Amino acid sequence: MQNTNSVGIVERQHFTFAQDAPMRLDSGETLGPITLAYETYGALNADRSNAILICHALSGDAHAAGLTPDGKIGWWDDCIGPGKAFDTDKYFVVCSNVIGGCQGSTGPSSIDPRTGKPYALGFPVITIADIVRAQRYLIDHLGIGKLLAVAGGSMGGMQALQWTVSYPERVRAALPLATTARHSPMLIAFSEVGRQAIYADPHWRAGDYYDDGARPNTGLALARMIGHITYLSEASMHHKFGRRLEARERFGYDFGTDFAVESYLHYKGNRFTERFDANSYLYITKAMDYFDLANGNGSLAHAFEKCASLMYLVVSFTSDWLYPPYHSKEMVSALTAIGADVTYCNLQSTWGHDAFLLEVETMTRLISDFLDRVVAHHRIELR
Amino acid sequence: MSAQNLRADLRALAALIQPGEKVLDLGCGDGTLLRYLIDARQIVGRGVELAEPNVLTCVGKGLSVRQGNLDEGLRDYPDQSFDTVVLSQTLPYLDNPAFILCEMLRVGRRAVVSFANWGHWRCRLELLFMGRSPLAPGLPQAWHASPRARPLTVRDFIEFCAHARITIARSIYLGESDRALRAARLGENLRVAVAIFEVR
Repeated sequence: MQNTNSVGIVERQHFTFAQDAPMRLDSGETLGPITLAYETYGALNADRSNAILICHALSGDAHAAGLTPDGKIGWWDDCIGPGKAFDTDKYFVVCSNVIGGCQGSTGPSSIDPRTGKPYALGFPVITIADIVRAQRYLIDHLGIGKLLAVAGGSMGGMQALQWTVSYPERVRAALPLATTARHSPMLIAFSEVGRQAIYADPHWRAGDYYDDGARPNTGLALARMIGHITYLSEASMHHKFGRRLEARERFGYDFGTDFAVESYLHYKGNRFTERFDANSYLYITKAMDYFDLANGNGSLAHAFEKCASLMYLVVSFTSDWLYPPYHSKEMVSALTAIGADVTYCNLQSTWGHDAFLLEVETMTRLISDFLDRVVAHHRIELR
Repeated sequence: MSAQNLRADLRALAALIQPGEKVLDLGCGDGTLLRYLIDARQIVGRGVELAEPNVLTCVGKGLSVRQGNLDEGLRDYPDQSFDTVVLSQTLPYLDNPAFILCEMLRVGRRAVVSFANWGHWRCRLELLFMGRSPLAPGLPQAWHASPRARPLTVRDFIEFCAHARITIARSIYLGESDRALRAARLGENLRVAVAIFEVR
């Protein structure tokens, strides 16, 4: 089922707004001007009703599908393209980077117009609702009154849920995948250990490292290594690495790299520092930690109270211990209680949290069938 | 799918559903009944189903289905939020049938339950003369196969309803050749292969 169709070469685009009136944030602070990096695939139909917003996870970016001019493949290329789960022959797919990020959107590494220097820790603390608020400006700018769907895994799923709560009148369907409606204490704990790794790096210098040649790469790589452990499962680590040694015939009896799994984590950690900003990592993990849809709404069902006419596809994975299936069941319960049209599937998988990116065949089936139903239900003309 | 192609017990069950109703199908399997009811009677349908392959098949048929067991599936639905709650050929497989039946009547205005009758004369003869645990009519599942089933008969169900103060509004009895039997005759429990009850 996995096919090789690609949307081809794509160019990252930018949209800048809130120049005159800055955007108000949950913290009470304001931010502006704001630039969002985004990409689009496929074509908008005549009545602008076939748009799907893809939200990315913690370390993702706007490049979800196709190839960059220098040949880099999109992070969800398996699922976005002609004939794929998010079929670009049918849908206009938009992927937006998040504010606070470092891949073309306004974040702590951007220049603060008030000082002419990077914001660093002067950047206001943001929430998932703030991220979504900024995306709404982009959707307005693209002339899309109502999104056919908002979809994402992990932190992308939080944004998809937040979209339906913040702007229920702007969305027909949401696909929160391998995610939660409320960041658990265990998730907060992992975030904090990652942040502490960055704080502990002497090059971090309280976030003020942009003018310096040295970056807190050791801390950031360590944070990323911890993250990668949580995205896998014990079974998938056995499968991927076993107890295999890396570039050695026998134990070194030193503290060099013995095992393949160590080498994998080093590689992933180091590669991450080439494309990610340590301060962005702090801001985005904080936004995830603050995420709790029930907070300020009494209960989860109250939070969803205006979402009764929306359609949801909720998917969890049996081996995902980072966002365990019961998190998804909680949101499914709340959505059922308010009478929303919710489809839920707890897919058998050994891949842990990463399964939402790896179980391509099943996800393709589920997503495309679900989207077909949304289109039929709303009698949308795709041309 | 036309009514002719539908299994006889599903066809009889479907005939109880009014056009436009809101229907919850518990243990909806591959979604055959829900799909038929949506196409033929324009119902608003929801399903609950335990098995992943069935859930995927249902989504493929354009149905709104939740994966889960019936206990968790039912708990979330508000009181009287459906016209009809259907339990088709699932009753013997429930861990807590009394609880589920009461929950069905909390969630739905009425419930429709169908099951194979272990009180059929063939079952009785099988046990009496052959000394074997009988297979329910139409359920070719031996005692050692999964899922575990608890045998029940038409009389068991009627007595349970009387005990639990559940009103049987209608009963449809299908004989071995899927033909409808005249209801409420003496010895019905002997000849019924599949029974369908509308309860309130």
